[in-house]
Amino acid sequence: MSAITSPIREPLVKGNKTYHQITEDICAPTERAPSVAWVLAFMVSVGFLALFAFTVLWTIWIGIGSWNLNRTIGWGWDITNFVWWVGIGHAGTLISAILLLFRQKWRTGVNRAAEAMTIFAVMCAGQFPLIHMGRIWLAFFVFPYPNTRGPLWVNFNSPLLWDVFAISTYFTVSLLFWYTGLVPDFATVRDRAKGIRKKLYNVLSFGWTGSAKHWQRWESLSLVLAGLATPLVLSVHTIVSFDFATSVIPGWHTTIFPPYFVAGAIFSGFAMVQTLMLMVRKVLRLQDYITIGHIESMNKVILLTGTIVGVAYLTELFIAWYSGYVYEQFAFYNRALGPYWWAYFAMMTCNLVSPQIFWFRKMRRNVFVTFVMSIFVNIGMWFERFVIIATTLARDYLPSSWSYYVPSWVEVGIFLGSLGLFFTLFLIFVRVAPVVAIAEIKSILKSNGDQYVEQNKKYIEEKQFSGQQV
Amino acid sequence: MANKNVIFGLYDDEQDLLSAVKTAKEEHLEIMDVFSPFPVHGLDPIMGLKESRLHIVGFIFGLIGTITAFGFMSWALASDWPIIYGGKPYWPVPSFIPVTFELTVLFASIGMVVTFYTVCGMGPGVSNPTLHDRITDDKFCVAFQLKEEGESEDKNKYEKYFESTGASLVDTKTI
Repeated sequence: MSAITSPIREPLVKGNKTYHQITEDICAPTERAPSVAWVLAFMVSVGFLALFAFTVLWTIWIGIGSWNLNRTIGWGWDITNFVWWVGIGHAGTLISAILLLFRQKWRTGVNRAAEAMTIFAVMCAGQFPLIHMGRIWLAFFVFPYPNTRGPLWVNFNSPLLWDVFAISTYFTVSLLFWYTGLVPDFATVRDRAKGIRKKLYNVLSFGWTGSAKHWQRWESLSLVLAGLATPLVLSVHTIVSFDFATSVIPGWHTTIFPPYFVAGAIFSGFAMVQTLMLMVRKVLRLQDYITIGHIESMNKVILLTGTIVGVAYLTELFIAWYSGYVYEQFAFYNRALGPYWWAYFAMMTCNLVSPQIFWFRKMRRNVFVTFVMSIFVNIGMWFERFVIIATTLARDYLPSSWSYYVPSWVEVGIFLGSLGLFFTLFLIFVRVAPVVAIAEIKSILKSNGDQYVEQNKKYIEEKQFSGQQV
Repeated sequence: MANKNVIFGLYDDEQDLLSAVKTAKEEHLEIMDVFSPFPVHGLDPIMGLKESRLHIVGFIFGLIGTITAFGFMSWALASDWPIIYGGKPYWPVPSFIPVTFELTVLFASIGMVVTFYTVCGMGPGVSNPTLHDRITDDKFCVAFQLKEEGESEDKNKYEKYFESTGASLVDTKTI
């Protein structure tokens, strides 16, 4: 029996899989001893995590004075890293929520890992606002709790406060969505496991049985969570962009920021998904589930969002000139040709120019090109945030306070360390959880497995050959 | 809770499962439950399952979130301690939109997820009895509860049913 399949669609599951084979393939990485590559990668990641712990403790102990921020440039690498990580944390929910609503079946191959990546990226992002407060032990001041100072409430007009709510909501909802999807797959691992692993996965699987009513509720829950997460994911980076757009700094005070930031977030998020998935599919031998077709689809998203971001860069330049407003004009002249021209150049090259290579199908389907491009985009998007933040602040209204900023070793250490935190969490994830959503792959097998697609193709070709209507 | 004697059959394909459930309905056999490794579409109407009401729960929780956020901010800024921030009015409604939206989503999501696990009888560390290890892998299962008295007669009836619908494995289990 096969369901209706489109013969022109590329199969999403290759290798003539059966349901049981899917279980075997995807559970295998959690069941075998870790490979040498994994152990080495984990050791390096934990090393960087230790660097993170050290530099953060240094910052807390010495104070923000250990960073090279000054009176003019109050936001440097800290907020650059924050926005960069939050942006990366946008692809997962986009893949799992928006593509679920659009019924894009290729999402099933990559949604689990992308959502995990989202959660870890948001965790990294959350570190930066906390440590840049300086006195981290007073971080709870950002929440409106009944205090002894009146109570004096927080300022609900402030976009920085909106950010607190946006990021914490985004993290919570992404975590719930991700874990609810994981529960049936943990049950699959549980039913294959023995001894202590069985006990562990029994706890993780929440007592899932696979009952028809439970599946019905599970699907209803997934759909509504996707419906909620879709505006949420757009709102989060919109609110992050409000941190800048609601200020009165030339170069920040623009209405284009929300859509431009959201496009940039999706752009950088997909790049990070590519970086990770290309390694994961190779190391865990999941090429049949994360196919070249998946990679091509994601490259199309990168091309689209990269071009949107590029159009936004050019629009900003045009509007600065067209507005006739000298401060705005100066801000953009300074951005492109001022002391940080090299950062602007890096941003333009990586984000606007280089993704255009994906107009060619051959490039979209080339694993090596994709990997190099994904690194380019990650670097480019980091520079975008740096350009927006540091260059704008470096040249303010008063030429006597103009300044220049290079990070101290502590700031560099915190950034590299946050990569350590991210990869440590991701490496633990690929060992413990099924990296591809097992149940969801099974549910698309009959419509998108290669053996069924081929069968349909043959059937339709025969009919056409004999001159029949299809 | 009293132990239940359950007879169950495993099928290899979801199409076999669908036709088996259809047969059971036609023969007026009372299905205890159906288990599958992934959601089988088209099963709910055949089994006669009503649509889940979980989305209504989501709406109610979302509404609570909206009211909580908007009400609290209005009370805190306009009534409890009115302060003029940046020349804005005491009750700056547009400023409340982001937080109101976020809390709506947060309340709806947490409320729905907690409700989901509660009504399904699931949670961290809960272990519900499973009939067969392959149900979460590649087998589709139909289960019937056996009566206390006249068990062997009951069993014969179900065994005949499983044979006629093409089950690949039939077994009993006390859960």
